[in-house]
Amino acid sequence: MSVDLATVRRIAHLARISVSADEAPHLQNELNAILGFVEELNSVDVEGVEPMTSVLPMRMKKRADEITDGDIVEKVLANAPAREDGFFVVPKVIE
Amino acid sequence: MTDLTRLTLAQARDGLKAKSFTSVELTQAHIDAVARAKQLNCYIVETPEKALAQAKASDAKLAKAEGGALEGLPLGIKDLYCTEGVQTTAGSHILEGFVPQYESTVTTNLWRDGAVMLGKLNLDEFAMGSSNETSYFGPVVSPWRRKGADGKISDAKIVPGGSSGGSSAAVAAHLCLGATATDTGGSIRQPAAFTGTVGIKPTYGRCSRWGIVAFASSLDQAGPIARTVRDAAILLRSMAGHDAKDTTSFDAPVPDYEKSVGASVKGKVIGIPKEYRLDGMSAEIAALWDQGVAWLRAAGAEIREISLPHTRHALPAYYIVAPAEASSNLARYDGIRYGLRKTGKDIADLYEKTRAEGFGKEVRRRIMIGTYVLSAGYYDAYYLRAQKIRTLIKRDFDLAYAAGVDAILTPATPSPAFAQGEKGSSDPVEMYLNDVFTVTVNMAGLPGLVVPAGMSSDGLPLGLQLIGRPFEEETLFSLGEAIEQAAPKIVLPESWWG
Amino acid sequence: MNTHAKHKLIAGATGDWEVVIGLEIHAQVTSKSKLFSGASTEFGAEPNTHVSLVDAAMPGMLPVINEECVKQAIRTGLALKAQINHRSVFDRKNYFYPDLPQGYQISQFKFPIVGEGEVLVDLSPTEQIKVGIERLHLEQDAGKSLHDLSANDSHVDLNRSGVALMEIVSKPDMRSSEEAKAYVSKLRTILRYAETCDGNMEQGSLRADVNVSVRKPGGELGTRCEIKNVNSIRFIGQAIEVEARRQIGIIEDGGKIDQETRLYDPAKSETRSMRSKEEAHDYRYFPDPDLLPLEFDQAYVDVLGAGLPELPDAKKARFVATYGLSPYDAGVLVLERAFGDYFEEAAKGRDAKLVANWVINELFGRLNKEGQGIEDSPVSAAQIGGIVDLISSNVISGKIAKDLFEIVWSEGGDPKAIVEARGMKQVTDSGAIEAAVDEIIAKNPDKVEQAKAKPTMLGWFVGQVMKTTGGKANPQAVNEVLKSKLGL
Ligand SMILES: [Mg+2]
Ligand SMILES: [Zn+2]
Repeated sequence: MSVDLATVRRIAHLARISVSADEAPHLQNELNAILGFVEELNSVDVEGVEPMTSVLPMRMKKRADEITDGDIVEKVLANAPAREDGFFVVPKVIE
Repeated sequence: MTDLTRLTLAQARDGLKAKSFTSVELTQAHIDAVARAKQLNCYIVETPEKALAQAKASDAKLAKAEGGALEGLPLGIKDLYCTEGVQTTAGSHILEGFVPQYESTVTTNLWRDGAVMLGKLNLDEFAMGSSNETSYFGPVVSPWRRKGADGKISDAKIVPGGSSGGSSAAVAAHLCLGATATDTGGSIRQPAAFTGTVGIKPTYGRCSRWGIVAFASSLDQAGPIARTVRDAAILLRSMAGHDAKDTTSFDAPVPDYEKSVGASVKGKVIGIPKEYRLDGMSAEIAALWDQGVAWLRAAGAEIREISLPHTRHALPAYYIVAPAEASSNLARYDGIRYGLRKTGKDIADLYEKTRAEGFGKEVRRRIMIGTYVLSAGYYDAYYLRAQKIRTLIKRDFDLAYAAGVDAILTPATPSPAFAQGEKGSSDPVEMYLNDVFTVTVNMAGLPGLVVPAGMSSDGLPLGLQLIGRPFEEETLFSLGEAIEQAAPKIVLPESWWG
Repeated sequence: MNTHAKHKLIAGATGDWEVVIGLEIHAQVTSKSKLFSGASTEFGAEPNTHVSLVDAAMPGMLPVINEECVKQAIRTGLALKAQINHRSVFDRKNYFYPDLPQGYQISQFKFPIVGEGEVLVDLSPTEQIKVGIERLHLEQDAGKSLHDLSANDSHVDLNRSGVALMEIVSKPDMRSSEEAKAYVSKLRTILRYAETCDGNMEQGSLRADVNVSVRKPGGELGTRCEIKNVNSIRFIGQAIEVEARRQIGIIEDGGKIDQETRLYDPAKSETRSMRSKEEAHDYRYFPDPDLLPLEFDQAYVDVLGAGLPELPDAKKARFVATYGLSPYDAGVLVLERAFGDYFEEAAKGRDAKLVANWVINELFGRLNKEGQGIEDSPVSAAQIGGIVDLISSNVISGKIAKDLFEIVWSEGGDPKAIVEARGMKQVTDSGAIEAAVDEIIAKNPDKVEQAKAKPTMLGWFVGQVMKTTGGKANPQAVNEVLKSKLGL
């Protein structure tokens, strides 16, 4: 499988990364090189093989329902590029 | 007084206990070495004041014969570990200026045991790379230099490997006694091999991932890089342990790994996987591998040829799984709550500009690949298939271990280190091939240790890799030390970096 | 059952249309802390105070699951008579939005914790439908973006970020807005019984995404539109009505329906397209590598099942069988667990039907009028039981009982003591009644004559006697005395 320029743009938008017009063809070539590299996987017989979900057999531990966190507004907002009255501030979002 | 930076971590520990010198002296010696070695670009941030304050506190404890396993020992921390109050960047512009309000579990464990932090070590951006050339903060330069065909030392800048290139170069150049690192596809072991140092990627789940910037969650593991097997064992013991904040961390006591250093390897069954003898493997690497086999046999181990038939699929499968997870893990870097923000005409524009400028080329490329292989219509063909192949890769190892193999010996890298700009500039896959021997270990969640074992014809270090059973790092330390003892000493050229 | 009456069809220019409705309900799990972090779920806190570093998606943060949320999902599944899956998987749903800090929502896509189930929904005392449940899965809520605090900016509060939700997906089994409303009410009742969601729609604890399509009766399913985030039962009904009519209009004008996400605007009574949010949705679901599969055994489920209270359907059947209530009355009394509890406490050792009447008509009527819940009722079960006792033992008449209820409502106190103190007892003394009857007969000879011809006039005499006795005369005694004196 290989990707065309339109796909490169669609993927870039899905990933929210702007790609300039002269950058796109390079990216297309690189992506196709990688996709070409992984293409050999199609030759592997995976009939009836379970996909790996956890690399080691472990059971997921669960937490008790207790309030152990929060009330750290300063820590939450400490690195915010823009903040106001305890909120993160972003350019207006139109729904 | 002799140069305190020449000591191994174990020697320094013992010297502090014997009061031959103080932690402040030891730390100051390292701070000075770091300050002189700027051209290696190992550290993104140096924290000398913090280091000296910690050293002073350690000296107080040592004076009372108190203190932890790493009391007063100065270390470097890969800048993928979040450190409270100290900038953490993952080598990326997008996190430039980010100051975590929390401390990663692994570094918390180190400070608990008395370690001293010299600063934050450079790395490939978001740990994506095999040469440390993708860091926003510039490439790291290896202290090693290559011999030309004429036998003369070239001043070409050699890469320290990646992504833990700051860690490997700093340890090799004596800019810390040991360093933390992380390994997703070989990022501890390949840089260790390139710099003549020892690196161990423990079993997945052995170290907590909490507070370490995620690259590919199902593959990432923390581990140490050090100058000796013993030092690596000492460091891992402090770093490892169960963490209730990481559901994938393993709940079992941490052994005293140092005890297994020097233990007999007599009767250990060593598997030699025939599939690792790649077409076109260099004679030098093949000879090194054979040499390793001979050393272990001489130490009393039993050598057995084994087959790991899905080996060659590991690297392609890795280049689906890792970018897929990364594309999702890196979605949080959006300019909203922390890090770089580039304003745009609307929110989507803000995202796209921030992420285009904040991420470097290699990171953008991997996010794109990861996004593609997860996208509608491709998930089954790529991601799901790759995860099935992972099951097959793991099964290969399970079968070998079930048949009685205790550990597997392989080369660490297909070649010695190369010079900056030499690889991967036109075809990213050329760079990816560096991880061909290491990546299977991540795919199967196993422990892997790299020890220096020889020199290339151009005077650069070469390493061998030992792959172990899950949570049997101790076997690797025993075997690793046997190789370390048998192998010729690898001597770094005289300091040219200051 | 499930015969959708013809009157539910919508008449269009080209004939009748049938609406097909399916609902995705997001129900906030009742828990102290969030699904994957230890921050509080409490409503109404200062912005970003109930936020952990995990909820803010700081680098290197990892989710750890709250076991109570898992239990709540299982309890809900059991209450919906649904299949409980002993192994389920958390997936990441990837998209960018300022109130989604991770850049993905942790949800369950391929393998949800709960599979198929069903809900019985009463439409009237005689009409009931079954609505199939497709699945229930656990997922994280997002934060909140406020768009009206300033002209150029939006403000993001992550307090809700990471709160556990159950997404409950119905099958497209509903055929009218009434059915959809009744389904949501019933689901809400079940959730509240199981104490797995408080059902508070004003606070957003229960929100619905409504899938609506139209077709000719019995025809192929039409293209559906999803109306997002409708937050009251009334609006759900309205949104369905206007959306169905919009779709019928388009089709009848020769157009076709675009499958899309829409928003209901109650002020304008219309739905409108949310194309901005819709563009190129490709969520790239994959199993969350930070979490292992969620696994438990049947014993784990059984313990949770044993801990569930009696659910509304079972309780209703029991009320009908053991108290002899009408299905309607029983249905009303099981709408809330507290109703049934109140009723049963009041009915203990008493005439249950009479108690049910008083609870439903007097108490609920009054509570409704005041907009109060049963937990704030000024009249306790014991007090209403006391009133019923006084009626049953003929100490007071039904009419006086209503006055007594008013006194207990506004002043409180023991009904029996009030009746004693205020002389509200009925007059059963036949001498006193006879005297009153004699007086009225003497004063109204014309009425006496009329009554002899037309016995229904008796009522007038009863009224007069009650008037002169201040309503306290026992109506039965009055009747008897009047009949004998008038020779009827
Ligand atoms: Mg939905
Ligand atoms: Zn949902």
